[in-house]
Amino acid sequence: MSLQATTSHTVGPFFSIGLTRLAHAEIAGPGVAGERIVIEGRVLDGDGKPVPDALIELWQANSHGKYAHPEDSQEKPIEPGFKGYGRQPSDDAGKFRFTTIKPGPVPGPDGKPQAPHISVSVFARGLQRRLVTRIYFPDEAANASDFALGRVDPARRGTLIAKKAGGQPGQLEWNVILQGAGETVFFDIGL
Amino acid sequence: MAPLTGYRRPYPGTQPNHLHPTYRSSLKRAPAQPLVYLPHTLSEITGPVFGPEPADLKATDLTKQGHGDPLGKRIIVSGRVLDENGRPLRGALVEIWQANSAGRYLHRNDQHNAPLDPNFIGEGHALTDDQGRYRFVTIRPGEYPWGNHYNAWRPAHIHFSVFGPAFVTRLVTQMYFPGDALLPYDPIFNCTADEKARNRLISVFDWETTVPSHALGYKFDIVLAGRDATPMEI
Ligand SMILES: [Fe+2]
Repeated sequence: MSLQATTSHTVGPFFSIGLTRLAHAEIAGPGVAGERIVIEGRVLDGDGKPVPDALIELWQANSHGKYAHPEDSQEKPIEPGFKGYGRQPSDDAGKFRFTTIKPGPVPGPDGKPQAPHISVSVFARGLQRRLVTRIYFPDEAANASDFALGRVDPARRGTLIAKKAGGQPGQLEWNVILQGAGETVFFDIGL
Repeated sequence: MAPLTGYRRPYPGTQPNHLHPTYRSSLKRAPAQPLVYLPHTLSEITGPVFGPEPADLKATDLTKQGHGDPLGKRIIVSGRVLDENGRPLRGALVEIWQANSAGRYLHRNDQHNAPLDPNFIGEGHALTDDQGRYRFVTIRPGEYPWGNHYNAWRPAHIHFSVFGPAFVTRLVTQMYFPGDALLPYDPIFNCTADEKARNRLISVFDWETTVPSHALGYKFDIVLAGRDATPMEI
């Protein structure tokens, strides 16, 4: 049997009715091992205006580089209670915030490790399909040899790498610029 | 690790582009740069796992979330979540939201001058069973006006959000109703080039799931990307 995947549509402006139940900013609770990080950012449109009705979803491995998913058969520790999933709407100023731990490296092509990263989906009114991107980390030597970053025009790679923010360790800033100057790199992974 | 297989990419024309000038909100929100092709890795073929959750009847019966019956036509919306190989997907999380029968959302930004219904919230969620099935009892949502263009009206629809087995199979869409006269005029519905793909978003009236003297049944199957037959390009 061969079917075709259902056509995607926008979440529209009223998704909070259905998608708030699972919204949570804290991906890693207090007992979860790893370097604590806070990721804050804004979603901006092609005019540089805040997008107050975007939804951000994150998916990440634990600090050992293992995903809480049955198809990750790596012999690495799991962290009880760590699911690796976060969901937050942007606020009226286009801002979002997640608290989590820095993921460990996971395997990429040819079994070579990828640089630590978090997978991101961006949904919003106006976007008939989600936008897929990744958050990488500053001062990370592995970024130089990461296969996904390697596919990106060097001039645009910086849009994928979070910046240190504030004076606090682990405080990171990472923005989603949907269009125009400084436009975030978005990946084609299918849908 | 054992060799991994990725997921199939969409068939040409079956998915909308990001930019659709007829859909005004896309003009300043669609990326101007081309997307960067990314082969699937462990990061894409894994994804959040939900459940098992305790059965919550209120979550699947949107007519039982207030103190009384919501106004409107009671309907039953059911279907299966499958992959492109026709295999049912068990444990898929399906979340829905919708306007009430008058076409008004319970949302602070919905300014449509139509009544709210104190007995209707418009939120539901379910995990698919072993056969990939889900089932909601709700009321038929009303059509509503929006500001996209002069005299713009959205056809009646229910918003769906689905998590399949992987980050790549994440899907958000909208379900429509058969015979809706507004469909040909709706830029959101018509953003997708492939007519058959578009029309698969229209639910089908279903005699089998219609409950006598109670509610009409509509069937809506959701298909998520299928597995590639060959191991990933890694
Ligand atoms: Fe809607």
